[in-house]
Parts: sequence; structure tokens; C-alpha cells
Amino acid sequence: MILQLITSFIAAATFCILFNAPKRALLQCGIAGMVGWMVYLQLDREWEAVIATFGATVVVGVISQIFARSFKMPVIIFSVGGIIPLVPGGLAYDAMRKFVENDNTQAVQIATQALLLSGAIATGLVLSEVLGQMFSRRNK
Amino acid sequence: MDSTGHSNNTSIHEIIDLCLLAGKIMLQSGAETYRVEDTMTRMAASLGFPGAHSYVTPTVIMFTTSRIEPVKLFRIAERTTDLQKVSEVNDISRRLSERQITAAEARERLGEVDDAAHAYPIWLQIAAAALTGACFTVMFKGSLWDALPALFISGLGYGAVIYLHRIVQVRFFAEFSAAFIVGLLAFYSVQVGLGQEMDKIIIGSVMPLVPGLLITNAVRDLMAGHLVSGLSKGADAFLTAFAIGTGIGLVLSLF
Repeated sequence: MILQLITSFIAAATFCILFNAPKRALLQCGIAGMVGWMVYLQLDREWEAVIATFGATVVVGVISQIFARSFKMPVIIFSVGGIIPLVPGGLAYDAMRKFVENDNTQAVQIATQALLLSGAIATGLVLSEVLGQMFSRRNK
Repeated sequence: MDSTGHSNNTSIHEIIDLCLLAGKIMLQSGAETYRVEDTMTRMAASLGFPGAHSYVTPTVIMFTTSRIEPVKLFRIAERTTDLQKVSEVNDISRRLSERQITAAEARERLGEVDDAAHAYPIWLQIAAAALTGACFTVMFKGSLWDALPALFISGLGYGAVIYLHRIVQVRFFAEFSAAFIVGLLAFYSVQVGLGQEMDKIIIGSVMPLVPGLLITNAVRDLMAGHLVSGLSKGADAFLTAFAIGTGIGLVLSLF
């Protein structure tokens, strides 16, 4: 469990280096990624992967909104780091590999799963954005 | 020197160019479509053109300030992800609308941002890719023994993409070759006895290459109603996933 905590933090932060995130945002990116992955792992035990991903993304989105406000940077910087462990890049590659190996049934199945997960992430991000807007409007 | 309205020293054309430059940098750096449109119209509004319109897709920006002005167009050939630039343009646009800087100053700073190179040196990027690969191998329930070869393989794979993309302009080919190298190395590392599960090593090592973010952005654009952007980003992501899948698949079918 502690190993997962450390690796998800490092993975999210280093991925942000590849995406050239500002230096002063790397720590927050790592935190967002770590929290997202932890929530995902907890939810994944009881629910399906799609729901777990959705829940984790909402949490990541809310954290990113808070970070973006307090550090005055665009939300995308933090949300990218946060959702990187969740995005189905591995699945997309897996689906393509099955296609290349001529295992079409499996391939379509995995591709559908990848698409559903992407949808879950996108929905989660939009939901957290809406929540953020509602919250800030009430404060004004 | 104030930036309110159309001050005499900034013509309409300069304002259009300013907004287009901001949009161009953001789009090339991988900002969301709606954010690019939003930033451009906001900048125009703060310079005295509240009725500006922009239409943004991953390959082209169209922008007009009013009904009498002709539409200006900007073609985008290449896109990367560069969050630093997105953040800086965002900052400039906010200062401009808060009247902290003038249009001329904004123009100058945007030029600097446009010319700026990647902030992290290449060796650091490769080291980061290596760490990413190793960490993902562990996160996807691979053992620590598999993380060690993944560390080297993902670093080499990412370095290969950067290097190959400089020689051949076709991104598909660079990604395909890099994936092939990753597959080959993973195969041999298991053969030699460095790692146990080839699958886990490969999955971790290709993570710095796969277009996970692009897929998510594509779906998000589609949901926001940016249908053209969503579909073209999806096609882009599909092509990359295809390149990586073929590269790895080739290795697997060879052995």
C-alpha cells in the first residue's frame, strides 16, 4: 500500500515533467495523482472499474480546482497530473495489440472498456468543474 | 499608454494578430479547445472588441473581431503538450484583462513564450520517462523485479521517440519504431532473466508514449459540443495507439 502511494506520486510528478508543467506545480501534480490513485484503488475493490475511475476523477477534479484557485494556475496543469494514473492508455495499447494479433473479439471488448473509462474520466472532470462553478457563484 | 479601447497606437490588425498568437501558442501546447476560444474572445473583449468570434479545431484557428472585419485564419501543423506555455499565456491574458499590462507588452511577452524551448533538458525528460515507466509497472501490480528493466526500457523508448522524430518527420513511424524497440528489449530482458512478466514490463514502459490524455480530451471535447475537435483528436489518439500496438505486436509475432 505504501509502495503504491510512493509510486503513484512519483509517476504523476514525472509525467508532468514530460508535459513540461511549471516547476512549482510538480509537487501538487504528484499529490493530485497520488490521491486519485488511492481513491481508485479503494473504490475498485467493491465497484466496477468504470465507477471507480469516475469517483477518483471527481476527487482529482475537485482537488485540481482548489489548487488552481490557490496557486492561480489553469486547472489543466493539476488535473493532467491527477488523471494520468487513471487514463486507459495501457488499455488502448492492449486493444491495438489484440487487433494486430488478429484476436478481434478481445480487441473490441478492450477498446470498448477503454472508451467507457475515458468517458468516465471526462464526465468526472466536467462534474467537478460544474461543482466548482456552483461553489464559487455561491461565494460571490 | 493605456490599453483601454482602441488606443491610437494599436490598430485592429495588431489586436487580431495578438489574439491569434495567444490562441496559436495555447493550441500548439495542448490546451483544451474551449479554453483557447475563451481566452481569445476574452482578450479581444478587453481590447475593445466584445463581439469577437473564434472557431478552433486542432488544425486551424479562425478569428474575427466584428462583422465588418475579414476573418483571419491560422494553420496549426504540430501539437505537443506543454503546460508551462498554457499557464503563461493564461497569465498574460488575465493581466491584460485586468489592465495590468498594455497590448504592446502582452505582444512582447507572448513572443517570448512562443520562442521558449522546453523548460526541462532532454536528459531530465528521459530520466522522468524512465521513472514513470518503472512506477507504472509497480502500480499495475508488477513486481519490483519487473520495475528494474522497465526503468531502463521506458527511458530508452522515450529517448528513441525524441531522437527518431528528429530524423523522420512522420510521427507514426517514430512511435512505431520506439514501440518495436521497447518490445524487443522487454523480450530479451525476460530471456536473460532480468524480469519475470514481459506483459507488465511492456505496459509500464509504453506508458510515457501512449495517448491516454488525448483520448480523454477527445471525449471531453465531444461532450462539450466541439464535435470536429473531438473526432480529430480521437483519430490522432487512435493513430498513436495503433503505432504502439503494431510495434509491440510485431515483436510478439516474430518470437
